[in-house]
Amino acid sequence: MAMADMTSHTGSKQAMERLFQRKRLVTFGAFAAIALYFVYIFFAFDVAGLMQRASADNARALMADTVSYKVHVTRDNRSGAVSSAIEGHRKGRYPEGTSPDWVETAGDITTIDLGDGHVVTYGPETITYDIPGYGLVSATPTRQGIVQDFPAGDLPDWINASKNRVAISTDAGRLTVTRNRTEVFRYFPGWEIFWFTLDSPYHGMGPVELGGHALSGEAAEIFDDFWNNPAWLHSQVFWALFETILMAFLGTCGAALVALPLAFLAARNFTPLLMIRFAARRLFDFVRGVDALIWTIILTRAFGLGPLTGALAILITDTGSFGKLFSEALENVDKKQIEGIASTGAKPLQRYRFGVLPQVVPVLLSQVLYFLESNTRSATIIGAITGGGIGLLLTQAIITQADWEKVTYYIVLIVIMVIVMDWLSGWLRRRLITGDDGGH
Amino acid sequence: MADISSAGTGIGPIQTSYMAMVQRKRLYSGLTLLIFILLMVVGFNTAASRNGGSFWGGLPNFFDYPSEVVAEVVEKAAALPGHFVTYFPALIETINIAAVSTLVGTVFGIVLSLLGTRGLARYPRLIPLFRRITDVMRAVPEIVIALVLIFVLGGGPVPAMLAIAFHTAGAMGKLFSEVNENVDLKPVEGLRSVGATWSQQMMLGVVPQVAPNWLSYALLRFEVNIRASAILGFVGAGGIGYELKNAISWGQGRFDVAGAIFIMLFVTIVLVDQLSSHYRDLLTHGRQAKD
Repeated sequence: MAMADMTSHTGSKQAMERLFQRKRLVTFGAFAAIALYFVYIFFAFDVAGLMQRASADNARALMADTVSYKVHVTRDNRSGAVSSAIEGHRKGRYPEGTSPDWVETAGDITTIDLGDGHVVTYGPETITYDIPGYGLVSATPTRQGIVQDFPAGDLPDWINASKNRVAISTDAGRLTVTRNRTEVFRYFPGWEIFWFTLDSPYHGMGPVELGGHALSGEAAEIFDDFWNNPAWLHSQVFWALFETILMAFLGTCGAALVALPLAFLAARNFTPLLMIRFAARRLFDFVRGVDALIWTIILTRAFGLGPLTGALAILITDTGSFGKLFSEALENVDKKQIEGIASTGAKPLQRYRFGVLPQVVPVLLSQVLYFLESNTRSATIIGAITGGGIGLLLTQAIITQADWEKVTYYIVLIVIMVIVMDWLSGWLRRRLITGDDGGH
Repeated sequence: MADISSAGTGIGPIQTSYMAMVQRKRLYSGLTLLIFILLMVVGFNTAASRNGGSFWGGLPNFFDYPSEVVAEVVEKAAALPGHFVTYFPALIETINIAAVSTLVGTVFGIVLSLLGTRGLARYPRLIPLFRRITDVMRAVPEIVIALVLIFVLGGGPVPAMLAIAFHTAGAMGKLFSEVNENVDLKPVEGLRSVGATWSQQMMLGVVPQVAPNWLSYALLRFEVNIRASAILGFVGAGGIGYELKNAISWGQGRFDVAGAIFIMLFVTIVLVDQLSSHYRDLLTHGRQAKD
């Protein structure tokens, strides 16, 4: 008896050990496979080459532009005229005869103090830049090219000089001289003309002062100057955000409306006919498989660029997803309620209305609201392709590669928009569906 | 007799108040429905008015492009296998982007979710912080990061991979922390009582309980990420999307290439979709046959 016990124990012990060993092997095998895959990816994605190609200058320009604005002091080398403008923007230009206090004009000579001892002088002919710790650089634009004079020694890598162009980037600012134009950039923290451009009377006012003006009956003008700010275009940005949300709303709700009747056709307990069920399901699979990207391309050909095209792309793709989800929800419907309604003599339509819908509506609503949030993100991406909404503004701002502060602004707005939609859909879910614990 | 009449007076008010309630409810649902329909109609008209082409004008042309593509694909069917071979590397790149970003995003999502779940968190005071980080990461659409990274790193698969991984980490962080909340804490307490470190408690006490659910969500994510990586390719991040963008800009006469890429993308998505739903079924329902 004891013997038999012993052998069965050792037997099960051996079996256990074998199982453990196998499990260990599988676990380590999986990790080893993933590690190998990453090695392959390292070469397939050419990560080493990427490190070399990565542009530190671009990254620096991006970071600097994001948190600061620059003032351009521009000299037309043909006429000798000098002007200053924030971000080089037409509406950020200082009025004729005025300039920032670090730019001084005396006759033909303009002295630009970049701070920390960096001084750029626009003379009648020659432009000089006195760089502390390096020396005096001078450049004279002529019709044949730029006559340049540098301190002795090799040129440092922050000076880029050729026959027709000299570019000097220092911590204090940036000087570019070409045959026709001379330009100095000086960077300052903040976004100077975000609220009001220089030509607005409200530029440079503090919130208290603005509040005073608003109370004395100028609220409408103040809002108008902000809203139609020609540099930042707040009204257009707001419209773009609205358009993106509209695309998501139309796409999601439209898809739900289209998918609901089709879902009945795909549910086993409502459509006993295998053929129809099969057809409906394959339709959902097909529509989902074609994917938003391809639908977007097809729809753009038919309807042109714009928010409606984006909304339709979301609508079509999500019809497939909703059809699948809805039909699964319908298959889980409790039969007893329908039978109970039927026993009171209800007609089929009444059976659906009072027996089926109350059971599935909370589930469906929860899914629709969940999709609404995720489609706000999709609408941003689709908008970049179909040319609608904030996605378009974002791609445009990135392609021009000049307005990184705008890119930052749009990114912040997009993130806020998605978080608000997330919060709103969660709040609606809780309000509309009492007792719903998340759904997803 | 007296009984019945008293019962009648008892039911009467109940019935009227019930009917009033039903009517009020009907009114509310009717109003909600009306507002919803109004919003849809107004929204549709607004979107249509800002669109390049009109809806009703475009509707008859809906099948023009697909039929042109199909016609050309059929006409040049012999060239299809060649196109498949040509663009197969790009397809592999798209799948690789999705796979790597799913792996990386899931790992970060796991860490974020464990740090953000009550009862499991390493630093319970920092739970709100980690949750907000998760929310923000989840809210950033892939395209935002992808475009910025393309500017800094140059085009190619890495910007897309990083962008999708970033969003995936946020999305997984939230889903995983919902899974984690249902974890039985007894194994964790047991491990703690024998002096296990936090990472040991998580590895041995939590992961075995939640791994099937995590894996199932990760599979679903992989499917979503394939679509995302195709679409990011279209805005300049390499892979099949980039080839598709080039192919459709060639226009008439070269639709066979676009058609071939459409087919490859479609087959891939459907295949991954079916595979992932099959394995997710296995993971959540065990090995019994379903449907």
